[in-house]
Formats: sequence, structure tokens, C-alpha cells
Amino acid sequence: MEVYLDNSATTKVYPAAADAALRVMRETFANPSSKHRAGFLAERELKEAAKIIAGSLHCSEKELIFTSGGTESDNMAIFGTAASRARKGRHFITTGIEHPAVLMPFAELEKQGCEVTYLPVSSEGLVSVESVKNALRPDTVLVSVMMVNNETGSRQPVEEIGTMLKKEAPDVYFHVDAVQGFGKYRIKPAVCGIDMLSVSAHKIHGPKGIGLLYVRNGVRVSPLLYGGGQQRDLRPGTENVPGIAAMAAAVSDIYSDFDNKIRREYNLKKRLTEGLLSMEGVTVNGQSLPAGAPHIVSASFEGIKSEVLLHALEERGIYVSSGSACASNHPGLSGTLKAMGLTDAAINGTIRFSLCADNNEEEIDYTLNALGELLPALRRFVRK
Amino acid sequence: MRYDAFLIKYAEIGIKGKNRHVFEDMLVSRINNAIHPLSGSFHIRKTSGRIYVLPEGEYDTDEIISALQKVFGIAAICPVVQVKDEGFEKLKADVVAFVDAAFVEKNFSFKVMCRRTRKNYPLDSMEMAADLGEALLDAFPELTVNVHEPDEFIYVEVRDTEINIYSEGVAGPGGMPVGSNGTSMLLLSGGIDSPVAGWMCAKRGVALEAVYFHAPPYTSDRAKQKVVDLARIVSAYSGRIKLHVVNFTDIQLAIYEKCPHEELTIIMRRYMMRIAEILARRDGCQALITGESIGQVASQTVQSLMCTNEVCELPVFRPLIAFDKMDIVEISKKIGAYETSIQPFEDCCTIFVAKHPVTKPRLDVIKRSEARLGQEIDEMVEKAIEEAEIIEVFPE
Repeated sequence: MEVYLDNSATTKVYPAAADAALRVMRETFANPSSKHRAGFLAERELKEAAKIIAGSLHCSEKELIFTSGGTESDNMAIFGTAASRARKGRHFITTGIEHPAVLMPFAELEKQGCEVTYLPVSSEGLVSVESVKNALRPDTVLVSVMMVNNETGSRQPVEEIGTMLKKEAPDVYFHVDAVQGFGKYRIKPAVCGIDMLSVSAHKIHGPKGIGLLYVRNGVRVSPLLYGGGQQRDLRPGTENVPGIAAMAAAVSDIYSDFDNKIRREYNLKKRLTEGLLSMEGVTVNGQSLPAGAPHIVSASFEGIKSEVLLHALEERGIYVSSGSACASNHPGLSGTLKAMGLTDAAINGTIRFSLCADNNEEEIDYTLNALGELLPALRRFVRK
Repeated sequence: MRYDAFLIKYAEIGIKGKNRHVFEDMLVSRINNAIHPLSGSFHIRKTSGRIYVLPEGEYDTDEIISALQKVFGIAAICPVVQVKDEGFEKLKADVVAFVDAAFVEKNFSFKVMCRRTRKNYPLDSMEMAADLGEALLDAFPELTVNVHEPDEFIYVEVRDTEINIYSEGVAGPGGMPVGSNGTSMLLLSGGIDSPVAGWMCAKRGVALEAVYFHAPPYTSDRAKQKVVDLARIVSAYSGRIKLHVVNFTDIQLAIYEKCPHEELTIIMRRYMMRIAEILARRDGCQALITGESIGQVASQTVQSLMCTNEVCELPVFRPLIAFDKMDIVEISKKIGAYETSIQPFEDCCTIFVAKHPVTKPRLDVIKRSEARLGQEIDEMVEKAIEEAEIIEVFPE
């Protein structure tokens, strides 16, 4: 049996999304900037896809900039704002639990002389609206807070932060990294004060290499790239039409029958969480049910090295992550769990299970069973 | 310039006695293996103590030279221009054209070396050398003659059917052709040392097999792939390597559970050597090879080496035994293994490693500890050998 519980790392592409990409590659493959009919058909493909995606964010197509994915979107929001608003100020606010695609650009800005305030989080992994408010300064130009933490699934109060900012500091831009939140929540950035929002297709059963940055009408960001004028000069380069068409197909799918899907995911998460908590020496990190994102469960296994458990589960066909896949590449960067106050031992024994609506109860039970057998065996051989 | 042949100079084979032809044939066969995958077709000719690689049709000079530079037994590779005997004046022009093409800067000192296997050539060797040298000086005024310590030698050989013109050429890797010195089993880990040790023995003509011990779930598929990649890098020099992948988890856990923790690494290594020796004998290898170097880690002190060596009857070659790490790294870089060796796949085996392992183990103590493992360990060893996965690794 193969059980894929690493959906926060990436997801399996929906058939409709793969079909859309293939169709564009084979049929409407022309350059959407070309003046001939084939180009026009490709452009129409692009516009229809953009319309579908814009619909999911309740915004206009003009507010979407297609990028290569979440990392580029986050980089563009941060560096783009730093460049366009340098005259207003050079102070930024973010949290200590952001994805490296946010933290590393800020680290780079610090090297360039900008100031960045990193807000702490509670033991549940939550940042408070109050702390954002208190960190505001006259020279603050951008606040960046993620919607769902990729390591623990903690759901940040971004709507409240956005609303507060529009009231207290309307000229401060607010960016939300929604890579783990899009497709799990209905998001209306405009009504809750979100100026920019990052989305990645491959976390919602679309292909890798395509994502977007929502930029609210009236918000000015400078481009990262310069070139042939596509996407109003903000992100030049021939548009990734197959990727965008596939992303649109994935977006339609993920938001259809949405409430049922989310309910199903929550039920699976509940089943998994309760099963884990019934085992000895297991703690579940982050917000307790039913709060938190419906798809991420972070559990610390006492006396276990996560890497070993990961490979032991892999031998039984179960795929999970240790910490978060992205943080695993930078051992020094697994900031979320540390920021939540976990001990090093607990962090080293932490596994992330991430679900999708296609998982089922049998898979969860199979996983719990495997854990029940593996944990005692692995604990016999802990470091002396 | 298009070269008509590549003259292969070989080093130590030349001093062999009556069985010299065996080594030469072996070298021809290794050269054949090395150039077979290249684009173009080649023909190898062995004549009177010489090996020529003769390209036919289109080929890439750099490609063939870099392939030959990986063939052990080759001392130098000299690109040769072959001309017909159309009179001495024509030969002068050919030698000038050769120097023009072969050297970018013409400001070195040289000596022309002539040889005639066809003795009826109108000029003798000394006359030829003097006249050709003069022709070169006329053509390239910045050249100088130095008959004692020239920067470059220009060789002109009058043979029965053609005249060869060549210079020193490029150095080969030296050593002996692989296969001319038996077969050994290399204990290959994912580190820096063992691939270098394998490469060094291959350089002495030893054909390689290899054994890797993996311990899932404590080591990952990526760690195993890294070892396969390293074997492939070494195989570019040694030729095909039969890689045995032995699942070591049960043995490791048994040792961990029943033996003193600080002796774990030594006892583990003793079992690795035992298994390697059984596999080696089964496949007809005559020796084992390890990347051990005195004092590099606790399990490589002289006392530790004595304890691990004790389980083997086959000779164990440790070509790096007296090398400093820096020197090993240098070779590792030279053979192109370093970048792969330092890939950081977390080796979960570290959870078994003692904080203070013994550095001066005593054999009697180790043997007493091993006795605690009982009969089950022999069954585990048997099972590990029986279930070993075999991967045939070929050069890319």
C-alpha cells in the first residue's frame, strides 16, 4: 500500500490539470503575444485561465501576476515593495515562522541596510494582531505574514491583521504568503486588507513551476525581471500558458464541492491526530482541533529521530516529511518549532503529515498501525 | 590540425620480461574499452613495442585524449602526424607545419630527435635533426635550440611506410592496465577515502568489485545512490564494478543491543570485513581494499586496525594508510569524486556512534564482547550475504 501524506511538500497533479497542460502544449501552443490567429488563440487560453483563477480570489485578472511559483511570488512582494517604497521607509515586519522564501529575502534586505522586525509566536504557533500593531513605525512599508504555517498548519489571523492595518496604517502594504492556505480557505484579499498574496499551483494539485502574486489594484511593486513587456512589464517573459491553464483547472477542481472536501480533510486530520495522541510519547504541535489548517499535522515522537522514522515509514510505503521539506534543506532554518518553544530533542523527533482530500480513512488507519508497530521497535535503539 | 594517429607510450610494462606481451594485450584491450563509446571509429595497432590508436573518419581530438588519460598503463599520449616520404624538402615543410599547429606560442627551446627504422633514407639521423632544426629556426625566429635541456622534443621517425612527426604529447595516468593484477573487493562507503583507495589499486592494475553496507531505515535511498554514483566515477578508470549492497541493519542493531557501546564501531567493522571477505572469496577476489588511514578516526588507530584486520585471512590493501586527509582530498578532486563524496545525506547511523568510542581496543576484550552475540549473528550474516543486492556499475 502506498500512502502519500506529504501534500504540503507537493501534490499529485489532478487529471484535469494535466490534461489542460497537455492540450495547450499540443494545440494552443503559440506565443500569446504573436499577432496571428494561433497567437490569439493562445492569448484567449491565457485570459480564460486567468479569469477562472481571479474568480477564486474574487479579484480582477489585472490583479494577478503569474510567476514561477511561491518563492518568486514572495521574493517579488518583498523586494518589489522595498524598491518601490524606498523613499517612504525601510522598515519591515514579519514573523519568525515564515517560509525561507520570505525569511531569506528579508535577510538579504537586512544586509542592504533595511530593518526587519521578526514577531514572536505563541506556543500554538500564532502571531497576535496586537504584536503587529505594536511593531508599526512611521517608516514601516510592509508587513508580511503567512496564512498557514507549512510546518505545523497553524492558521494566522491574517484577515484581522489586514483589517487592523487598513485602519491603523493604511499606507503600509500587507503581504500574505498563502501557499499553504490557498485551496484550503476561501480567500477574499480585497475585503480584508490584503494587498499582496502568494499562491503556488503545485500545492493544489497543479504543476510545479507556476504560481502567482495577487497585487491589489493601486499597489505599486517594482519588477524583479526586465524583458519583453509581458504582464504589464511587471513580470516579463513569455507566459507559461500550459502551466497557467493547468493551474486554472486545478483551481476549479479544488474549489468545487469545497465544503465537503474540507470537511473530509478535517475528519481525516481528526482521526490521525486522535490516533497519534493515544500513543505513548507522542505530542501534536500547533493549534488543537478544530482550529488550524485542515491538512497539516505536526507530531513529535519522544526518543525517535525523525529521519529514521521517516525512512521506516517509507519502507511501508508511507511518505511523510521531517519538520518541513523546505527546512530540511537548511538544518539551521527550522525556525517554526523553535519559535514555538519546542526543545531540540522534540524538534529532531518531529514528523509532518500533510493530507489532501483524496486520502482516506483506510490510509490513516494503516499509517497509525504502522506507527504503533514501528515506535516501540525504533525506541529500543535510541542514542545511548 | 588533424592527427593521423595517437602514439601510446607506456610506462612500467616496458620493463616486463617474457610476459610483456600479456600486459601489452591487456592495455590494448583497456584502450579499446575506453575509446569504444566515443564518436568516430578507431583502430588499434600494436607494432614493435608501440601501440597506435588510429582514427578513421570524423573524431574529436580532445575527447579521445581525455578518454585515454583514464586508461591505466599509459605514460603519455602523443598525437602524431603521419606523412609519406616525398623527399626531404617536403618533410621540412611538414615539420614546420606540425610545430605551427601543435604549439600556440613559438618561443620555447627545442631539440629535434630523429630515428630511422628504414636505414636506406638518404640522410642519417644526425643530419636530419640538424637540417630540420634549422628549418624550424628559419620559420619561427623566436625558437631556440637546446640540445641538453630543451622545453620540447620534436620527434621525427622514418618508418617503412610512413614518417611520424610528434612531440611529447600529454601525460597519461601511469600505472598498469586494469586486470593485469587480479581482482579485489573494495569496501565502499559514501565518504572521501574509499573511492580514492579503489582508484589507487585500480591504477596498479587491480580489477574491482565493491561492497556497500546500508542500514535502512537508518540510511536512505539517497545515501545508497551516492555510493552507486561514486562507484560509477571510479569505474571510469577501473572499468565495470560489481557492487554488492548488503543490508546491515539487523547486524548493527544486534551489536548495538548486546555489546558495549564504545566498542560498537570496531565490532561493526569486524563484521563488515568478514562479510566482505566471504563475498570476495565467493567471486574469486584475491584481496580486500579499504580507505583506512592511520589515526583518522577512532576505528583507524593502529590498535583498532589490528582488531579489524584480525578477522581477515585475505590480504587487506590500505593504499591510504599513511596519507594525510589533505592529500586524499586532493586525489579525490583529481579523479572527480570529491563533489559527490561531500554531498550531505544525513547518515542516520550516527545515532549508534558512541560519544567516546575506544581508541585502543584490546583484541581479547573485543572477542569476549562478540561472544555475547551468540549464534544468531552468524545467521544474520548468512542472511545478509544471501540477500545482498548486486548492481553492475558501468562507466558513463
